[in-house]
Amino acid sequence: MIELHELTKRYGDTLAVDRLSFQVPQGVVTGFLGPNGAGKSTTMRMILDLDRPTSGSVTIDGKRYGRLSEPLKYIGALLEAKAVHPGRTAYDHLLWLAQSNRIPRSRVDELLDLVGLTSVARKRSRGFSLGMGQRLGIASALLGDPEIVMFDEPVNGLDPEGILWIRNLMKRLAAEGRTVFVSSHLMSEMALTADHLVVIGRGRLLADLSMPEFIRQNSRTAVRLRTPQPERLLDALDSAGIRVEGGPEGSYEVVDGDLAKLGELAAANGVVLHELSPQQASLEEAFMQMTADSVQYHAGGGTPLPPGAAPGNPPGTAPGAPGAWGAGWQAGKAGPGGPPRTGTGAPNAKPEEEN
Amino acid sequence: MASFPAVLQSEWTKVRSVRSTIWTLALTFVVTVGLGALLSLLTNNNFEEFTRGDNGPFDATGTAFSGIMLGELAIIVFGVLAVGNEYSTGMIRVTLAAVPQRGTLLTGKAVVLGALAFLVALVTAFVTFFLGQALLGSHSTGLGEPHVLRAVFGAAFYLTMLCLFSAGVTAMLHNQTLALGVLVPFFFLLSPILSAVPKVKTLAHYFPDYAGSRMLLVYEQSGQPYGPWAGFLICLAWTLAALVGGALVLKSRDA
Repeated sequence: MIELHELTKRYGDTLAVDRLSFQVPQGVVTGFLGPNGAGKSTTMRMILDLDRPTSGSVTIDGKRYGRLSEPLKYIGALLEAKAVHPGRTAYDHLLWLAQSNRIPRSRVDELLDLVGLTSVARKRSRGFSLGMGQRLGIASALLGDPEIVMFDEPVNGLDPEGILWIRNLMKRLAAEGRTVFVSSHLMSEMALTADHLVVIGRGRLLADLSMPEFIRQNSRTAVRLRTPQPERLLDALDSAGIRVEGGPEGSYEVVDGDLAKLGELAAANGVVLHELSPQQASLEEAFMQMTADSVQYHAGGGTPLPPGAAPGNPPGTAPGAPGAWGAGWQAGKAGPGGPPRTGTGAPNAKPEEEN
Repeated sequence: MASFPAVLQSEWTKVRSVRSTIWTLALTFVVTVGLGALLSLLTNNNFEEFTRGDNGPFDATGTAFSGIMLGELAIIVFGVLAVGNEYSTGMIRVTLAAVPQRGTLLTGKAVVLGALAFLVALVTAFVTFFLGQALLGSHSTGLGEPHVLRAVFGAAFYLTMLCLFSAGVTAMLHNQTLALGVLVPFFFLLSPILSAVPKVKTLAHYFPDYAGSRMLLVYEQSGQPYGPWAGFLICLAWTLAALVGGALVLKSRDA
């Protein structure tokens, strides 16, 4: 299990990772989500002891990475696709990696076969496409048959076939009981593969919760009503015991309302309706909303942090607490044609981050 | 902790699986042997002309090793590339993820590089010596003459130490291009020029290449600040300092 405790990384004046604490649960796919520059790669490099934390700690099965002997047998990582000497063959690349951790030579052939590179194994990797480079990187990560695998943006730049292959691979690895920790800046990608979600923005933990919980909290549906007779509508709803909230542009919204019942209620009370429509925030919108908020609050300087973004939330308590979530969802919600964009379109602060 | 034999085996696979290793080491051999042979042949054919004005005895060993000042550049490049390609390709992060004990890693690398460089340098030194002597004809010397064997081994140690010094400097600079840009002009131009400039040369006489090459001298020359063994120790000190510096930088830096 990977455990982060108050992990912090500062580059000069920039706080790339800010007191990040969470655990990566065992045996499932955990999506590590955040916009570009949120600190995902930096966090992953600190997990591998490549970058030294400014403060805080991160352990794998209770040990610092640097204390692991033969670490490839615990945790395999793919950080960048083409971190390979272009003049070395795929076979030799895997061979030196295997030898460094006393992994039998036969694993090299097994892995080349698994990722489908056997036919080019004796070719120098110079001529490899991005997809082949990615497969070689994945073979390196799986070489030691590790309990934990960690992929940094594995589908970036891949063609649809490659993306599908990686998705299925991650599911298969988790089905084998392995812990999969995979970063992405695309909610849509995570929705397809992840069982658990850790969301960060500007180096801070925004949410740490299971995927079903995330969906439950964020796929809140509502029925929007618009009427020239608001008094009558509100009276009718009130007498029916239905709670109503104010929507945009003078509309009203009933959370989790039943479209048909509300229509019938209006008819029974003779209320003229100009709109009766279902509303749903997509997961992508919810994610954008969440990270946009974090950027806003951060840039605000003096603005107090929302309870959900407060650092040091114990993992599992879903710091993006339902209250804060609902509020964000509500505030940012716009008409059906216009998804909410309260922050900048692509919140990004640290260009040196994702490289 | 990572098993040291495993690190050695892995580093050996890295070194042997790239072409630059073959090229740089072959070039070291060809240039050192070839230039030495050429100079030996020319000297033998024009002996009176070449040695006119020389007061001391003729140094047949030194003549055979005339090519080493160029040959050393190839082994320096070998040392730079063997460490520098980790940085130029981004492979250093894969390497350190596999062997997070950075001191152990650099030690393993240095042992593998040093052993391979020494093997090649030793073969180069003996071939250079014997071919040179064969071409010098009646002016040649033998391994049994005083200090000659020391000079031949000295040539091998000299090349090995320069290779490891370069590897250490590359680890300190953690940049292959920068390391080549600093080391090649330094050894090819700066050091030879400075050791000929009055006053500055007192300093330049303590540079690793000048100090190390004292090992190759068979006869005592006037104006030498120290003997061959002191030269060896000075060059060794540079080499160890560069490797320790490289290890410190590697340990302290984010990869």
